[in-house]
Amino acid sequence: MIETRGLRKSFRSRAGRETKTVDAVRGVNLQVAEGEIFGFLGPNGAGKTTTLRMLATLIEPDGGEATIAGADLRKDPAEVRRRIGYVPQGGSTWDESTAREELVLHARMYGIGKADAQQRAVRALEAFQLTEYADRKCKTYSGGQRRRVEIALGIIHEPKIVFLDEPTTGLDPQSRAHMWDEIRRLRSDGMTVFITTHYLDEADALCDRIAIMDNGEVVAEGTPAELKREISGDVVLVGLDLAATPQAAQALDGESYVNKLETADEGGLRLYVDEGATAIPQVLRRLDHAGLELRSIELHRPSLDDVFLTKTGRSLRES
Amino acid sequence: MKFARDTWLIFQRQIQLLLRNPVWVFVGVFQPVMYLLLFAPLLKPALNAPTQAAAYKIFVPGLLVLLAIFGGLFQGFGLIAELRAGVIERSRVTPISRLALLLGRSLRDVVSLIVQAVIITLLALLFDLRVFIGDLLLAYLMLALIALMTSAVSYGVALKVKSEDALAPLMNTVAQPVLLLSGILLPLTFAPGWLQGIADWNPFSWAVDGTRALFAGDLGSDKVWQGLTITAVLAALGVFWAARQFARSVR
Ligand SMILES: Nc1ncnc2c1ncn2[C@@H]1O[C@H](COP(=O)(O)OP(=O)(O)OP(=O)(O)O)[C@@H](O)[C@H]1O
Ligand SMILES: [Mg+2]
Repeated sequence: MIETRGLRKSFRSRAGRETKTVDAVRGVNLQVAEGEIFGFLGPNGAGKTTTLRMLATLIEPDGGEATIAGADLRKDPAEVRRRIGYVPQGGSTWDESTAREELVLHARMYGIGKADAQQRAVRALEAFQLTEYADRKCKTYSGGQRRRVEIALGIIHEPKIVFLDEPTTGLDPQSRAHMWDEIRRLRSDGMTVFITTHYLDEADALCDRIAIMDNGEVVAEGTPAELKREISGDVVLVGLDLAATPQAAQALDGESYVNKLETADEGGLRLYVDEGATAIPQVLRRLDHAGLELRSIELHRPSLDDVFLTKTGRSLRES
Repeated sequence: MKFARDTWLIFQRQIQLLLRNPVWVFVGVFQPVMYLLLFAPLLKPALNAPTQAAAYKIFVPGLLVLLAIFGGLFQGFGLIAELRAGVIERSRVTPISRLALLLGRSLRDVVSLIVQAVIITLLALLFDLRVFIGDLLLAYLMLALIALMTSAVSYGVALKVKSEDALAPLMNTVAQPVLLLSGILLPLTFAPGWLQGIADWNPFSWAVDGTRALFAGDLGSDKVWQGLTITAVLAALGVFWAARQFARSVR
């Protein structure tokens, strides 16, 4: 659905007398398949929005190519526009208009006739639970309601692909969960959804595949499970008295499912395993068999933050 | 066809939003009325005109051109607000014509100017101004072209500078000398030669002269076609340039 090759963009900005060049996006290669929710995860300033704006024909790339829904970004931007929807990060509704007016206008900007546009607006208002506020000015909406209007705008013409730039930023947990459901519904309608986010849990729970972006480059790409598996697998933390620790280490060392074993200074073991859920019963049985008493057992699954940490040397939570 | 439809779509939306704002309608109607009523008593002696009607024939066209210039030049502020709200970006991801995005807005400015002009003309009729309808329509055409040019330029500059803080001083710096040197409020007949020399390079000076000639019923005057041609060419250039800014504007 989307394929990019070496997409680049730098900005020249002036600070006083100096001109600085910011390489916002430095050679991005992406493959997004039809009907998936693809997530773009990265800290502030990683270049997510810049990439999206290039793919949405809003800014011209300095280099590289892209094919979007079968249309060439450079040769035929007009055709790309017809096939995509785009919901910008910073909002796109006018304070003095109502949701219904905005929806009708936006549909008509895609060349849709008046009657059809009005029907689409009614359907979209219903689908996004906005009917109640449809004829109120946008400035009276809550943040979550407004975000829903904006997303409805992005898909009013039933594009093949929709780009959502941080669709859930600023929403409370409940509205976020609703938004996730709405995004999943788009996928089940056959749309390809490309979202950006800097929430780890969102990338993990919502996206079929993700690309992690840092400093203008894609540092990792795959399904969340793949990415996590790639770095370390699960960790089982076994809580033991200091005295029992050496014996336990001896008992578990060499077990086939243990990839690596570390002893903690204050007692206890860290076991690196592929699949924590199946390793735990075996650990329990083995220790029981050896007559050792354990205080606690804990499963630690690697998060996308661990992935980010191994790829960039920084934690996403800190940056 | 698509272009005409797109332009109409944007124009309709802009007019609708304009009418929704009662403050604007109030200002738009009462500002010109104030000009007329407050200036009226001063006109005859100041212009050294034989009659009140003769004074109006000089003053009213100048006032209308002034409104056209200022009405247009400051439209960019509204666009910056739209830019900030993301409305422009949202429009630019659709296949709508970029020229239509500009022209729909500029036409709203032209229409609201013409409405103001009609109000002023009607009022001036009460003060014994007399002008032929054909001449008047040509004068309105001139005003429309001026407003089209200034509003397009204002939109183009707004898209380039993207902030009110930069737009305001820029527009003022352009507007002041242009205004002073165009003989809009007072004709430059008695100005020293060097001042008239500069005024010859001011397109608005030609526009004012042309409009005055029309109000004077002097349809055959060279000033009429010269003024119309200059404003038409400049309006076309302004629209062309500003539409390009819509096509390429970054953020
Ligand atoms: N128009 C511009 N002019 C100058 N620099 C820009 C411009 N747009 C973006 N940048 C710079 O490019 C870099 C990438 O910005 P971008 O908006 O793509 O980041 P992002 O990943 O979307 O971040 P966020 O999570 O904060 O939205 C930043 O350093 C930013 O300052
Ligand atoms: Mg961003």
